[in-house]
Amino acid sequence: MLEIIIHGRGGQGAVTTAELIAIASINKGKCAQAFPSFGPERRGAPVVAFSRIDDNKIHLRSKVYEPNVVLVLDPSLLSIIDPAKGLKEGGTVLINTGKSPDEIKKMYNLKTKVATVDANHIAMSEFGRPIVNTTMLGALLKITGILSFDDIKDPVMARFGSKLGAKNMNALQRAFDDVKVAG
Amino acid sequence: MATVRKGIEVSIALAEAVGQANVDVIAAYPITPQTHIVEHLAEMVADGHLDAEFVPVESEHSAMSVCCGSSAVGARTFTSTSSQGLALMAEIFYIASSLRLPIVMALANRSLSGPLSIWNDHTDTMMVRDSGWVQVFVENGQEAYDHMFWAFRVAEHPDVLYPTAVNLDGFILTHMIEPIIFEDNETIKKYLPDLKMKNVLHPDNPVSMGCFAMPEIYTETQMAREQGLVKSYPQAVKAWDEWYELTGRRYHPIETYRADDAEYCVVTMGSYGEAAMEVVDMLREKGEKVGVVKIRLWRPFPFEDFYKAIEGKKHLIVLDRAISFGGPGGPVATEIRSALYNRKNAPAIVNYVLGLAGRDVTPGDFIKILHEGKEKALKGDTAGYTLYGVRE
Repeated sequence: MLEIIIHGRGGQGAVTTAELIAIASINKGKCAQAFPSFGPERRGAPVVAFSRIDDNKIHLRSKVYEPNVVLVLDPSLLSIIDPAKGLKEGGTVLINTGKSPDEIKKMYNLKTKVATVDANHIAMSEFGRPIVNTTMLGALLKITGILSFDDIKDPVMARFGSKLGAKNMNALQRAFDDVKVAG
Repeated sequence: MATVRKGIEVSIALAEAVGQANVDVIAAYPITPQTHIVEHLAEMVADGHLDAEFVPVESEHSAMSVCCGSSAVGARTFTSTSSQGLALMAEIFYIASSLRLPIVMALANRSLSGPLSIWNDHTDTMMVRDSGWVQVFVENGQEAYDHMFWAFRVAEHPDVLYPTAVNLDGFILTHMIEPIIFEDNETIKKYLPDLKMKNVLHPDNPVSMGCFAMPEIYTETQMAREQGLVKSYPQAVKAWDEWYELTGRRYHPIETYRADDAEYCVVTMGSYGEAAMEVVDMLREKGEKVGVVKIRLWRPFPFEDFYKAIEGKKHLIVLDRAISFGGPGGPVATEIRSALYNRKNAPAIVNYVLGLAGRDVTPGDFIKILHEGKEKALKGDTAGYTLYGVRE
């Protein structure tokens, strides 16, 4: 089973990211879950969303405590959370930042695999708004290989419509190409 | 028959099921975590996808009052609420069953104030335990979808005619995206006949409903309610059996998992059932003879099915999601202790109250409870209950 935690701020699309991962996985015949850390949603406040993917029916409904991948949509969260907490052996922390993985590892004393991509920059140039959820999905696809572009395309297009959906797919592709990893 | 498997939020799937059930009237007031259910139904009606009357009432008290009115004229009627909303409609909730109105409710279980909390437990539903409604619990999204059809089918059967509440854990189920198989409308049509009530309000054929009762007759009306509700049991089972024939998905009043040769079992109600299965698998691998007993039908309580499920078990660890303040234990454990009192070779009962107001319960917590509970049972430490994980 692959377990993912997504850290973001209200309005950044953390929950949408989890949803798109789950729906794309379910569409290709897998079992998957997506759920928010339940609470009153407030724009700008830290938000956590979770996703699980497995070949078999998933029975667990508690939060994810030992993720394979952690996505951090807003680098300012790194000063208040430990993104590597509970990370499974060989797991990756994927961060939206202009900094390199090595810089981030040093700054936050992270011993795990770290991947970075400047999703803000990509999102601003594609849609003029720093909503980075689909952009970060591109990086996630690259580092995990759990879903192909075709897998994710349908739910993205269904969610955003043809015009905005195409821009989201562009952003996704750019993050896929740009993401850098340090072990 | 064609089915479609979708990744979808459980609330949306549930609302789609209500639409597929060809509901006539929906009266509801939004409340977290039920909101997505009624929002989606309102959208379906507004967009012309569902030919039904959506009554946007000003309170839950009015919601259930509208439901009583519409059901009394023979319209298929749905509502949904949670927590404080249920508390506000409690007065009419009891009246709905006394009038034998086959209203269906999705009850998104949430804790009651105070302190104010929007998260999940079973304190709201326990408030209406004795209301005379048929009450059932589901443990995943597929079951929530399936039980919308089952609920209408059971509620509206001429031998039943009782309002029916489908309990689903708030957030844990309502806000979960997971795979759900949708049946086509032809299958639903086969399963769920049109509602034909004999006694309805109609100007051409006046009848009285909701009359005043003197002490000379009140007791008899309550006897009739009791006998009527108990008689819903065979229809509940029949409706599950026919759903199985149509869809291949089978449900029972009491369900068990790896319980046949188990020395002891954990008893759950609602979405904890699946997590308990996962934990039982882990413990079985280590050679522990443990199983799960899941209560699906809460009212009428399926005593015989329960006795069969726990036959030969040494002890039961009963999980409750609500407290009875100053009482003997959680409501489920109290019920089970009462059901087993004076019964030969009855298992020892250890009761835990846990997961109040959405406090997360992990597989590790389950394992701890099962082991600690077993120890308690062996020591004879079985009185009262333990509030799991409480900081003192």
